[in-house]
Amino acid sequence: MAFRRSVLGLVAATAALLAPGIAPAQTLKAVMHSDVKIVDPIWTTAYIVRNHGYMIYDTLFALDGQGEVKPQMVDTYTMSPDNLAYTFTLRDGLKWHDGKPVTAEDCVASIKRWGARDSLGQKLMTFVEGMSTDDAKRFTVKLKSPTGLLLFGLAKPSSNVPFMMPKRVAETDPNQQISDFTGSGPFVMKTDEWKPGDRIVYTKFKDYKPRPEPASGLAGGKVVKVDRVEWLAISDQQQAVNALLAGEIDLIEQPAYDLIPLLKSDSSVKLVDYNPLGLQYAMRPNHLIKPFDNPKVRQALTYALNQTDFLQAVVGDPDYYKTCKALFVCGSPLATDKGMDGLLESNFAKSKQLLKEAGYDGTPIVLLHSTDLQTLTNLGPVAKQLLEKGGFKVDMQSSDWQTVVSRRVRKDPADKGGWNLMNTSWVSADILNPVMSSFMNMSCDKAPFGWPCDAEMEKLRDDFAREVDPAKQKALAEAVQMRWREVVPYVHLGQFYIPIAARKNVTGILTAAAPVFWNVEKTK
Amino acid sequence: MLGYVLRRLLAAIPVLAIVAVLVFLMLRLTPGDPAAVIAGDNASSEQIAQVRSKLGLDQPLPAQFAIWIGNLATGNLGESFFFKKSIGELILGRIEPTLSLAAATMLIAVCLAIPLGVVAAYRHGSWLDRIVMGVSVLGFSVPVFVIGYLLIYIFAITLGWFPVQGYQPLSGGLGGYLHRLVLPSLTLSVVYIALIARMTRASVLEVLNEDYIRTARAKGQVERKILFRHALKNAAVPIVTVVGIGIALLIGGVVVTESVFAIPGLGRLTVDAVLARDYPTIQALILMFSGVYVLINLLIDLTYSLFDPRIRH
Repeated sequence: MAFRRSVLGLVAATAALLAPGIAPAQTLKAVMHSDVKIVDPIWTTAYIVRNHGYMIYDTLFALDGQGEVKPQMVDTYTMSPDNLAYTFTLRDGLKWHDGKPVTAEDCVASIKRWGARDSLGQKLMTFVEGMSTDDAKRFTVKLKSPTGLLLFGLAKPSSNVPFMMPKRVAETDPNQQISDFTGSGPFVMKTDEWKPGDRIVYTKFKDYKPRPEPASGLAGGKVVKVDRVEWLAISDQQQAVNALLAGEIDLIEQPAYDLIPLLKSDSSVKLVDYNPLGLQYAMRPNHLIKPFDNPKVRQALTYALNQTDFLQAVVGDPDYYKTCKALFVCGSPLATDKGMDGLLESNFAKSKQLLKEAGYDGTPIVLLHSTDLQTLTNLGPVAKQLLEKGGFKVDMQSSDWQTVVSRRVRKDPADKGGWNLMNTSWVSADILNPVMSSFMNMSCDKAPFGWPCDAEMEKLRDDFAREVDPAKQKALAEAVQMRWREVVPYVHLGQFYIPIAARKNVTGILTAAAPVFWNVEKTK
Repeated sequence: MLGYVLRRLLAAIPVLAIVAVLVFLMLRLTPGDPAAVIAGDNASSEQIAQVRSKLGLDQPLPAQFAIWIGNLATGNLGESFFFKKSIGELILGRIEPTLSLAAATMLIAVCLAIPLGVVAAYRHGSWLDRIVMGVSVLGFSVPVFVIGYLLIYIFAITLGWFPVQGYQPLSGGLGGYLHRLVLPSLTLSVVYIALIARMTRASVLEVLNEDYIRTARAKGQVERKILFRHALKNAAVPIVTVVGIGIALLIGGVVVTESVFAIPGLGRLTVDAVLARDYPTIQALILMFSGVYVLINLLIDLTYSLFDPRIRH
């Protein structure tokens, strides 16, 4: 036995000696929530691509830690007295990763591409009369009518973020993916080391010129404090945690909730709540087909459901969830409980009464249930139970998430491959106002899957887009919430938070709407 | 012999053709739409339709099949929907980790299982035999991922001898390459050790009762030579068959092991492609795996004559 142990030890020791040296201290290894396969942050809204975008691209404006819009690539900007013309001047010394200077033309082309693809960008473009370059560093946006969306849109923190790209790249058809990954952000993508399914590598952009202010949220000085960042694709959550505990990686962006106790019990790692607004769960009914084409049946949803049951089933630890009736996220400037009295409290009697009034005939509703995403899996069974108590009959159909994604865009009847209900989640930074919130879009066929249709809601959203006064914006947000109660485009199922798990020697993780790697330091 | 090989290779063509048709149809008939996956969570129906059209998925199935087969005939496996790379390039980039894992696994399995099986047969009924057989039952019964986690806990987390995950290419240094290969190979080899050890024991046990073994013993031949020169050689055909089947079955095991140990091989590529509904990549991989099955079967058949000269092709 002793001999066998010695042999094993010798083999292992020899292997360890033969192994290459430990990675340099300035390499930060992270496991993100997904592998990076698509690298065009305008083409897709996937959050992993947004995160990638923050590594290699920069933005004209950004939201700081207090949620205020701050210039980022822009040095100064001026508004005409009638609020119809904005002139932006870029900071000195901005360069692309290929060494060429960032120009106003690049920015105009980038805004156009983003505006063609992003939902907020599309709305913003309806206000834009034209964009022109004044010189290499200055450009002007002329508006048809005043809007508060311009600066906010250019500072949009989450998918799709208006990242700036060189003109030659930004002129790519918005419906085609880019193939040139030149940015002007604080990191450079090492295309030669990018292996989808394995890793994506970024190095510090030595010519990046950070703003002088300290980093705050997604704004301020983007000072890079490591030489290299590697995002490793470890699909197995348990293995990612094992690797973190063993010191093989430095950070996990989204550790699984059931593994958090393991991380909390280890003194070598820490949990960082980097996103104070968190994420929100949502249930989307399909408005095109019975029974959710009837507003009363949709209202029944708001009475049958409650947020606590969902949050306990999925998140479990109350440190990481919050019941919140505000549609535009608790903790944000537009947060309000107006119109929410009596809703989301599992009043089953009221739900049954509404279903009776609506003439619901008991046909089972098809609930799409995703089984492979940890943050979504338990939503389905809870929804089924609550809805059945509220008088619905539910046919919960389980599949992987990609099947749900494929099926939810089908407009067929539920028994012919279509659907009635599905659950999802999004980053709160995506739903901070009625225009950003894509499920609030009730423009019929132009709305995202579920295709809700309500002219009054669309008018309120347009009014919000035109409004520049914050107090009036708040009043409009309340009006939207009141209208939501009547037409119920979706139901929000609570806010939740996913902390970053990091080694103790990783410091400087910023509080922001997206995980970013500038300011992050790795001490020995 | 050459004629036999050619005949077998020609016979593989209809097999691969049937596989091609089946995999193409199965992918199209199962739920899922790569266009919806690519377009992203907030994409509108119009945007998804645009992606579908760009990928050629809006064409009739026969047209899609004809394009794919036409490309295959010219050696073009197509381009991945997701990775935006040629599939040939993708497979080449992923083949080293999988081949390394498979080779190391079979090496460990054969080197450990055959001696264990022979010794168990020789000590038939003894405690050693019972231990070997007991352990092999365990090896069969415990899923690969459980063995993986167990080995990781003991050797990577508790003892710190090996890394938890990851792969280092051979070009990065032999030491690191082997260091990272030990745990995944051991994990995957357990089931094959069990399988081969049991088969070796049964085959050798049968041969040990043959008259020529008794004759060898009567002639005063030493036991080691009897076991390895006479018994094992004559018991080799079923063992080779099992090893061959094992190599073919490795493809399934590799998928799990590569996922657990975060090894960027063909197994992970297959999983990623299936989850993303990357039709061209799935089609190419399944066709390639089928080709490997066919070739392994052929090699097994050819190997028989090395151990048993009575078998002629």
